[in-house]
Amino acid sequence: MAIFSVYVVNKAGGLIYQLDSYAPRAEAEKTFSYPLDLLLKLHDERVLVAFGQRDGIRVGHAVLAINGMDVNGKYTADGKEVLEYLGNPANYPVSIRFGRPRLTSNEKLMLASMFHSLFAIGSQLSPEQGSSGIEMLETDTFKLHCYQTLTGIKFVVLADPRQAGIDSLLRKIYEIYSDFALKNPFYSLEMPIRLNLRWTPTF
Amino acid sequence: MGSQWLFTLTYGALVTQLCKDYENDEDVNKQLDKMGYNIGVRLIEDFLARSNVGRCHDFRETADVIAKVAFKMYLGITPSITNWSPAGDEFSLILENNPLVDFVELPDNHSSLIYSNLLCGVLRGALEMVQMAVEAKFVQDTLKGDGVTEIRMRFIRRIEDNLPAGEE
Repeated sequence: MAIFSVYVVNKAGGLIYQLDSYAPRAEAEKTFSYPLDLLLKLHDERVLVAFGQRDGIRVGHAVLAINGMDVNGKYTADGKEVLEYLGNPANYPVSIRFGRPRLTSNEKLMLASMFHSLFAIGSQLSPEQGSSGIEMLETDTFKLHCYQTLTGIKFVVLADPRQAGIDSLLRKIYEIYSDFALKNPFYSLEMPIRLNLRWTPTF
Repeated sequence: MGSQWLFTLTYGALVTQLCKDYENDEDVNKQLDKMGYNIGVRLIEDFLARSNVGRCHDFRETADVIAKVAFKMYLGITPSITNWSPAGDEFSLILENNPLVDFVELPDNHSSLIYSNLLCGVLRGALEMVQMAVEAKFVQDTLKGDGVTEIRMRFIRRIEDNLPAGEE
C-alpha cells in the first residue's frame, strides 16, 4: 500500500479524521531465558529496547506482548510492571513480542496540532506574501503531502516517497469530504468525523 | 430537466411550510436567511473542491467568481454584474430568470415575503468562510412585478480572526 495515512485537520488545528493503512508491521516474537540480552528502558509509558539488536528486534521497538498476552503500556495484562517482571529470573523462560509501537490516538491528536503550528510558522517564514504553507515534507521512508483549503482545513497524506499523483488525491479527498461530511446534516462543522458510510448522498 | 423541477418544487414546498409555521413574512424571511447561511458555510467547500478557483483579492474578482462560476455551477444561470459603487464595495447581481421562482406566484397576503431569501443567506455564509463579511439583499424581484431580480451585495469588512496560515 503506497499511501500510509490520511489526516484531516480543522481550522483550529484539531484532528478531525485519521486513517492508517500500513502494511503489517515488522513484529518479532522470541523466547528468552534469563538474563535478557536486550537493554530495556521505560519511555513515555512504554517499554522500549534501548540497546541490543537480534533476529529482527531493533532499538526503538516496544514490548507488545508477554507470553502471548498484550501489554498495557508499561504494565503486563495482569497489572504487574513489565520491567519488574522481566527482572525476576523466576519468570523465565518468557516469550516476548517486540515491534514498532503504534501511535495512540492522543499522540496523533498532538502531532496534528503540532503540524498545524509548524504549518503556520512555515507560512510566516516565507519571504513572499501569501505563502501556500508547507506542501511537502520529505524523509527517506515517507513523504508527507499537505493541502490547505481556502477555508483553513488541511488534508495531510503520508505516502511512499516514490508515489506520484498525491496532489490529485488530496483534491479528491477534499471532494469526498464535501460530499460525505458536509452534505450529511448530522455532521457538525469542525467536529471529528465519525460517519456511517452506508449513508450515501442522493442529491 | 426533471431534477431542476424537483429542486424548484422542493424549494416551493419549503417556503410554503415556513409560511404555515411562522405567523408573519418577516420571520419567514429571517428563517430563510438563516437556513441559507447554514447551507452557505458548507457549500463553499463543495464549490472550492470542484471549481479549483484561487483566493479572490478584491471584490471585483469575487463578483466575477460568484456570477460566472458559482451561480453557473449550482443554479445553471449566469447573472450579470452591474451598478458598481464608486468605492468598489457594492455591486448588483441581475438575474434574468431565477430557477427558484419558476411556476411561483406570490399571493396578496404575502406581499413582504422575500421568496428567494435563501440565496442571500447562502452568499453571506459562503463568503464568511473565505474571510469576507458581506451583506446581500434583494432590491428587485420578478415575483413582485419588477422586470428583473436584483440582489445587492455589499462588502462590509475582511474577517481577520481565524485566518488560515499564510493569509495575513
